[in-house]
Amino acid sequence: MDQIIGLDQIITALVAIVGVPLVLFGYIILGEQVIERLPDSMQEWIRPYFWALPAIGFATIFMVYPLVRTVILSFRNNGDTTWVGLDNYQYFFTFPDTLTSLRNSLLWLVFYTFFAVFLGLVIAILLDRVRYESLAKVAIFLPVPISAVAASIIWRFMFDYQPPGTIQTGTLNALLGTFHTGPVAWLVNSTTNNPALIFVGIWSITGFCMVIISASLKAISTEVLEAARIDGANEFQIVRLVVTPLLWPTITVVGTTMIINALKIFDIPYVMTSGAYDTDVIATQMFRQLATSHYARAAAVGVVLFIAIVPLLVVNIRRFQQQEEQR
Amino acid sequence: MSVRSTTREATGAQVRVSTLSNIGYRLQRLPLHIVIAVFVAIWIIPTLGLIINSFRSLQDMNAAGWWTVLFPPHGFTLASYEQVLQTENVATSIVNSILITLPATVIQLAIATMGAYAFAWMKFPGKDIFFIVIVGLMVVPIQMTLIPVLQFFQLIHLNGTIMAVWLAHSGYGLPFEVFLLRNYLGGLPREIFESAEVDGAGHAVRFLRIAVPMTIPAIASLTIFVFLGVWNDLLVALTYLGTSTARPFTVVISQLVTSLGGGWQFLTAAAVLQMALPLAVFIFLQRYFVRGITSGSVKG
Repeated sequence: MDQIIGLDQIITALVAIVGVPLVLFGYIILGEQVIERLPDSMQEWIRPYFWALPAIGFATIFMVYPLVRTVILSFRNNGDTTWVGLDNYQYFFTFPDTLTSLRNSLLWLVFYTFFAVFLGLVIAILLDRVRYESLAKVAIFLPVPISAVAASIIWRFMFDYQPPGTIQTGTLNALLGTFHTGPVAWLVNSTTNNPALIFVGIWSITGFCMVIISASLKAISTEVLEAARIDGANEFQIVRLVVTPLLWPTITVVGTTMIINALKIFDIPYVMTSGAYDTDVIATQMFRQLATSHYARAAAVGVVLFIAIVPLLVVNIRRFQQQEEQR
Repeated sequence: MSVRSTTREATGAQVRVSTLSNIGYRLQRLPLHIVIAVFVAIWIIPTLGLIINSFRSLQDMNAAGWWTVLFPPHGFTLASYEQVLQTENVATSIVNSILITLPATVIQLAIATMGAYAFAWMKFPGKDIFFIVIVGLMVVPIQMTLIPVLQFFQLIHLNGTIMAVWLAHSGYGLPFEVFLLRNYLGGLPREIFESAEVDGAGHAVRFLRIAVPMTIPAIASLTIFVFLGVWNDLLVALTYLGTSTARPFTVVISQLVTSLGGGWQFLTAAAVLQMALPLAVFIFLQRYFVRGITSGSVKG
């Protein structure tokens, strides 16, 4: 060990683990003691805010306030001293590097979302028809708990490239070698690197989509499927005309989650290529601006990302309101 | 599930009247098994290759691919693990990851449960609006918050400390947790709370004695998620800790990947160490894990 772990750090952590619930416990008990002594009308008024305050406070400090602040900052200069109008946005939409990151995020949006949901659906349907379903599910789901950092290392080995003529230790290039095709520099070559990164993303998340889709697949009554079979529908027709429409609500929910994931994707490009060779996405681009203290520009990039997500935010709220009406 | 699969088999049973048609039925299903086998292989082999490579020496790794160990001499060694643990900052960062993850998880779940109780069982003006804001915040990218929160931490001298990431993770996790727990708490039978109220139990008692114990299944699933989310996080720690000595394992690994260039092979061991905990959690707590995912997304 290069450095002794600070004892103070461990103590702070222990204090936090034990202390926070204790403090909240005290807050509840003491607060309720005080509130119960107040007149009834005042109790009714003050109690809910007392209970919701910690949550609302955290959400305000770490999400609502920063959100507003970032929007403002995106129209300011870097030192936050004057208004610069749309300068930061103009930079974003004219500088070649940031335009590349925008293009790549669009690629992620389309291909990551489509294949994650599509493969999740296909695998869920296929596995529903075999006896070893639960075992195969574990295999497909395995990458989900693995961090993007670890997944990136896993796939750097899969995509590993050695100059032609030397031994290929990367799995994919070795495989290509057996077909006597030259090694491909997957992560450097600008036609293969973005698809390669997007594939890593798909590989990591398909199990997630599969599990959710599979859960609603199990909820489709067998009678519906039986009726279709008796009517003479073959398996493909059943999947296309009966199962998929019934799963459609779930597919849209999973799809919106994947779109949000795709827009926010950061870890995989950051660890695998650091955005080199034109693999930057919006989030890595933003982090680069932030790391080089270009705060105002970073804020503008963040706002662009947020605007892309706003339609989904609206969809989510609408769906929530519909569910509330059904409660 | 098993009941359903037997009914499915029963449909197949009409086909397999004789042994001959049974063979035909099986042949017909062969492509199905092959396609599944290909999927399973693509989803397992990369991880397997990494784990195998982590037990090989650097020379072996450079001389031949991981699949060569399937034939003798196998040449397994723990050299990569020794090397990675001796690398600067690695051992410390593993401890840091634990010191970050446990408190961050406890803090946000404690606060979220309390807030969710208010949203589920109390009436107050503005409640619906507050809750719609929370639903909206669930999808707001944390990128939108990084700069102001970073400046806020700099202002109160928390930047680069472990406490900064506890607080930040708690703030980011709360909307989803409050949302999920409020739906769960709201689904509990009203009669229980009402009869407790008639018996003179105040909100503190109703929350601690009734609501929390009955919500344990939801809290358990959520704990696994939050824990792994924080353990696997890169962006939040990278932003608020950067090169601080308090930075977690994921940050150190990502920094080693970029700084090492060619000689990064021993990072196989680092990746295996990093994913060991999530994989163990998944394998041993599979039920909670899958339940958490399905309840979070389908109902949400």
